[in-house]
Amino acid sequence: MTPNEEASFVQPHFHTTPANPNKQKPTKTRSFVPVILIGIALGYLALMLYIPAINVFYQAFKNGAGPFLSNLTREDFLSAAKLTLLLALIAVPVNTIFGLCAAWAIARHKFPGRTLILSIIDLPFSISPVVAGLMLVLVYGRNGWFGGWLQEHGIKIIFAFPGMLLATAFVSMPFVAREVIPVLEELGSDQEEAAQTLGANSWQTFWRVTLPNIRWGLLYGLILTNARAMGEFGAVSVVSGNIAGKTQSLPLFVEDAYKQYETEAAYSAAVILALLAVVTLVLKGILERKTGIKSTKAH
Amino acid sequence: MTVSSPSSPQQKARNKTPDWKKFLDQFFHLPWTWRITLGYLTVMLIIPITAMFLKAATKSPAEFWQIATSPIALSAYNVTFLTALITALLNGVFGTLIAWVLVRYDFPGKRFIDATVDLPFALPTAVAGLTLATVYSDNGWIGSLFAPLGIKISFTSLGVAVAMIFISLPFVVRTVQPVLQEMEKEIEEAAWSLGASQWQTFWNVILPPLFPTILTGVALGFSRAVGEYGSTVIISSNTPFKDLIAPVLIFQRLEQYDYSGATVIGMVLLVISLLILLAINFLQSWARRYDTK
Repeated sequence: MTPNEEASFVQPHFHTTPANPNKQKPTKTRSFVPVILIGIALGYLALMLYIPAINVFYQAFKNGAGPFLSNLTREDFLSAAKLTLLLALIAVPVNTIFGLCAAWAIARHKFPGRTLILSIIDLPFSISPVVAGLMLVLVYGRNGWFGGWLQEHGIKIIFAFPGMLLATAFVSMPFVAREVIPVLEELGSDQEEAAQTLGANSWQTFWRVTLPNIRWGLLYGLILTNARAMGEFGAVSVVSGNIAGKTQSLPLFVEDAYKQYETEAAYSAAVILALLAVVTLVLKGILERKTGIKSTKAH
Repeated sequence: MTVSSPSSPQQKARNKTPDWKKFLDQFFHLPWTWRITLGYLTVMLIIPITAMFLKAATKSPAEFWQIATSPIALSAYNVTFLTALITALLNGVFGTLIAWVLVRYDFPGKRFIDATVDLPFALPTAVAGLTLATVYSDNGWIGSLFAPLGIKISFTSLGVAVAMIFISLPFVVRTVQPVLQEMEKEIEEAAWSLGASQWQTFWNVILPPLFPTILTGVALGFSRAVGEYGSTVIISSNTPFKDLIAPVLIFQRLEQYDYSGATVIGMVLLVISLLILLAINFLQSWARRYDTK
């Protein structure tokens, strides 16, 4: 018997041999159960997620690309887009510096109250954005703590750009720290100690040893920070005053246009924000495949 | 001087003092990483939260209670917390199902679905509110299916529920998925071979260790839903005693320059979110017990 013949002879018995490595999938599962479960899961996702997501693009382009493009050149849209970019451009680096410092400080030291500080860093996730905005008003507003002093010196924070920046930074604060802490902890400090015994100073150690090791986690945190910073609505709308062309970021523009029954303009801006979300998801997907990390804390 | 190997209790006790001393030493020296961390936390979190507590403290307890339990506030809590609870539980069931399907079955497009479950995290809430309001309105793609039955979704508390489901959908999926992935299939197969039905296996073998994890996801989703503003304010008609939610009530109070009213309701929300945070931490340590076994 040739090997081929042997194989074809054995094959019919496959169903009865229990220890067949090719059949790790549970054959006991009756095939209709998975189908029903997959169907329910997909149905739920379609209703809650996919149909609304498709609708954003449909509404923006249902009259062709012409109205979409003309909406994109509106004065107030352009200024909203610029403001959103500017907010992210400042809030993301600031939060990255904070996140790296906090991650370093927390992951590298065991001390009493460590869990407490971790929870404090997480707080912006559990505080309602409106409450966050309210707190800023109570500190920097006209009748707030620093209100009098700020007014004397002619500094406007609430209903102006600085307030929006504070709100943006507040809601996107924990992401970098959250993503980098576990990476640093898993890494351990052996390599850093080795570098230091070889005479590297702490800056060199960070730049040459730590940063390359945490780069994917850091990038992941950056992407999430950026998405939240550009998309934040609640906290920003409390402190912005919402003046079109002046203190209106893109998400505020979307809501304002919708309320003024300019649905087309609202959807044109919404598509831009949805594309931001798509880019975020794609980058996240690439990073997850590269590193095997998966954030469960990504609020 | 790293203590990586599991040490006996006595050893631990001996090591404790130097660790603590080291911390104090470092605290007084304060490396600049710590200075930035603590400084930023103080400016961004501690000062604003203290300001809010002090503002709330200017009210006498009786006044505070009166504002916090005014009829309009009570109905807003009712809409907010009840809807958030129902949607969180709903997401608990369907989120677990989605995680299960993603972990255990293979089907075309699975990776795409796995990646897009995170969409609500990435999509700005104003966009979510806008599109949900359109899709679930009386002449929208999904709303028009319900309209003939006399069910209005957009601009009612049902709409609020839809928005809350949307924004908190990924929490349960993403908390349950990794745990399910690590769960050993042998245990299930053992249960099967001992004659348990699929349902029995799920109910008696898989669910108990998974339960704290599911609850963590539910609590995370609940906390997000309670605080949510962007999508809910757009899909709701924001009518008092009907579908007005607590965050919108705070916003309206602020618009009327009623800072103390806003602060009191804000305090209620803040305290409740702190309690949920505590509950989540507790649930996570409960879930972790199953890791070592």
